[in-house]
Amino acid sequence: MNKIEPSFRPGGKLAKLESVYDGMETFLFTPNSTSKSGAHIHDGNDLKRTMITVVVALIPALLFGMYNIGYQHYLAIGEPSTGWFTMFLYGMLAMLPVIVVSYVVGLGIEFISAQIHHKEIQEGFLVTGILIPLIVPINTPLWMIAVATAFAVIFAKEVFGGTGMNIFNVALITRAFLFFAYPSRMSGDEAFVKVDSALGMGGGNVVDTFTGATPLGQVATSVGDPSMTSILGTPITITDAFIGLIPGSPGETSMIAILIGAAILLLTGIASWRIMCSVFVGGLGMAALAHALPSATYPASMLDPATQLCLGGFAFGAVFMATDPVTGARTKVGQYIYGLLIGVFAILIRVYNSGYPEGMMLAILLMNAFAPLIDHCVISSNIKRRARRAATKE
Amino acid sequence: MATVRLKKGFDINLLGAISDNSIVATGQPHSVAVVPDDFHGMIPRMEKKEGEHVIAGEPLFHDKNHEAIKVVAPVSGTVKEVRRGQRRHIDAIIIAPDGGNDAITHDLKRSSLELLLDSGLWVMLRQRPYDVVPAPDVRPRDVFVTAFDSAPLAPDLDIVLGDKRQYIAKGIEVLNGLTDGKVRIGMREGQAIDAPGAEVTTFVGPHPAGNAGIQAANTVPVNKGETVWTLDIVTLARIGELFTTGVVSHDTVVAINGEMVQQPRYVSTVMGADLESVLKNEMTNVAQSRIICGNVLTGVKVTADTWLRAPYRHITVIPENNKPDEFMGWASLNPNRFSIYRTFTTWLRGLAKPVSMDSRIKGGERAIVRTGEYDAMLPMDIYGEFLIKAIISGDIDKMEQLGIYEIAPEDFALAEFADTSKLELQRIVREGLDKLRAEMS
Repeated sequence: MNKIEPSFRPGGKLAKLESVYDGMETFLFTPNSTSKSGAHIHDGNDLKRTMITVVVALIPALLFGMYNIGYQHYLAIGEPSTGWFTMFLYGMLAMLPVIVVSYVVGLGIEFISAQIHHKEIQEGFLVTGILIPLIVPINTPLWMIAVATAFAVIFAKEVFGGTGMNIFNVALITRAFLFFAYPSRMSGDEAFVKVDSALGMGGGNVVDTFTGATPLGQVATSVGDPSMTSILGTPITITDAFIGLIPGSPGETSMIAILIGAAILLLTGIASWRIMCSVFVGGLGMAALAHALPSATYPASMLDPATQLCLGGFAFGAVFMATDPVTGARTKVGQYIYGLLIGVFAILIRVYNSGYPEGMMLAILLMNAFAPLIDHCVISSNIKRRARRAATKE
Repeated sequence: MATVRLKKGFDINLLGAISDNSIVATGQPHSVAVVPDDFHGMIPRMEKKEGEHVIAGEPLFHDKNHEAIKVVAPVSGTVKEVRRGQRRHIDAIIIAPDGGNDAITHDLKRSSLELLLDSGLWVMLRQRPYDVVPAPDVRPRDVFVTAFDSAPLAPDLDIVLGDKRQYIAKGIEVLNGLTDGKVRIGMREGQAIDAPGAEVTTFVGPHPAGNAGIQAANTVPVNKGETVWTLDIVTLARIGELFTTGVVSHDTVVAINGEMVQQPRYVSTVMGADLESVLKNEMTNVAQSRIICGNVLTGVKVTADTWLRAPYRHITVIPENNKPDEFMGWASLNPNRFSIYRTFTTWLRGLAKPVSMDSRIKGGERAIVRTGEYDAMLPMDIYGEFLIKAIISGDIDKMEQLGIYEIAPEDFALAEFADTSKLELQRIVREGLDKLRAEMS
């Protein structure tokens, strides 16, 4: 590595790739640079480790998501007895292109941006790049993912100054962009279950009874008592939703996988338990309220609160998206308020806005916008307390 | 006697602690130096020229803005060199000791304020706001004295104090006459120092509980427009000694410890003594060591051919990094790679066990991403992260509102250690304080 270094420094023939070189070098080797001012010793933790730990926490959801894609696929083509490994392989082949596109586009833009500003490449996209494949419907065309990722990285992140400076969660902006730019591809029968072959594997004809809509999508369009069925028309129970063998975005379906990730995030102390818990509390409260006042106009209000939380992207959002420290509230009191309101709004949108069967994305983005205001109010009380203290002294 | 329990903070248990509390005398130093940078806020104007003879206690230079503030020679001898750096900045004033014991004896009948200024002990005090040498024309609201040092490997001030503790009562009496408020002493649990006339508070908890700023914030916080003085118990005893005997003692006890010291111990020497005479053959490997005057969090990096810096009673020697770049350090599962966070596996081996740490930063500087890291290391009613952001953006109103008058760079030292984003917090705070001070005068 050191041998090729000079050609990347200013004046070298590859100077335009200096940031890329630095990025690669610091990725492979933690630099041995020593402190110049201030504290002489430093904690071993850095942002790379922090981000990698989040990626590790996402792996259970990722693996399960791959399996579930295969499972839903073979269910849809009428071969439910296919072996689990084949299902997993199919799902992996289906997701791989999405992951590659997300990382190539996102990291490409990060590299270019870092080079323009002559800064080190920052590792924020490590997490975003894996979140995106987990929250977009599997049938989203790759070019759409590329466009949406590019849009999100440039306009939600780089224009604000890069990692740590963004106002909105970048992965959610990607999904929101897709959601509003190509609504027809983001919901309904065709979005969430991949029926054609993945990289040449597992093609077949769809069974007659096939309905590929997510449970929440079904609820939103149902009349009277909400009914949720699997691809084959059998009813979906809360257990199915908890295990996660239901149609949906790859990462969001399995409560179990998400809870494993949540445990990793909480044990390592990376995610704020204040936010995570209060999102669930807020969601549970709102769902209970809606359930107490059921209305045929709003079929989702008939779902019992526990099922509400297990369905859709609620849990995934609560664990991995709402807890994004950069876009969330940063004060302790603020984090309770922030999380609570995310939970409330997510269910509110789900139940009372029939246009959007899933409210989590919009709730988090909305609260991203309000997080600085919440913090401002919390800090104002600290400022007032200090001012009052000074005043009584005089 | 009130007790304050602090939960925030962390005690870093470094290798190289002192096991034997006896004090070894180092003998006469080869040279003695005063470094003006140690007295932040002063602009030195020389009173002595190179080649002139001085006796202990005689002024070497005074402050440009307050002529009464003087820094004195710690020993008698000849001014060998006034070492200057860039733009004629005075780096050090070096004295060749003549071995004599000549010292100025002060007339005790003068006002305490004048005597304190003339004796050179004044510059050992610090004031909040700004953490600088106090302005003589402002009467402090209170005086905060810290009786213990909670920093990593810090000396036990009871040992440093030794038999000088007999002067503490006199010191309190003097300072009580200089403030409208009280002399407030912060002690740790179980510390028994007789302090008649002072308000004693016991502080229980990890570092930075021993910082005067933390102690002030948890008893009577500093408000905008107020001034307080901060000092440690050793300086308090020195003041008492001056007002009893008329002579300033420049003798000091210094803890020499850290992983790279053969036999960590206390030595007695003179303020400003050359490190060669202090460290002698104590170090295991000079080339691969970082010598720090002070503790690993707030001290200054020095080389072996310089001097013991006046404000410190502590020399820490830790390994300077000599290892190659660490292959994929972020992926390490090694429990000896020290981190207070559970993202690494250090917690499996126990965070309280003595640990070896070198001077590596172990990561690149980033924007602030993780929340609450600073607050967890700062036991004050202050939103550290927001204050740092206000300082970085130069927003003076916000800095004031968020409590910059209450803090000193040292209060953020532990947060700097723990910071995942590797920001130079102490430098940021210092720049903020300096900016504010320039703006207010």
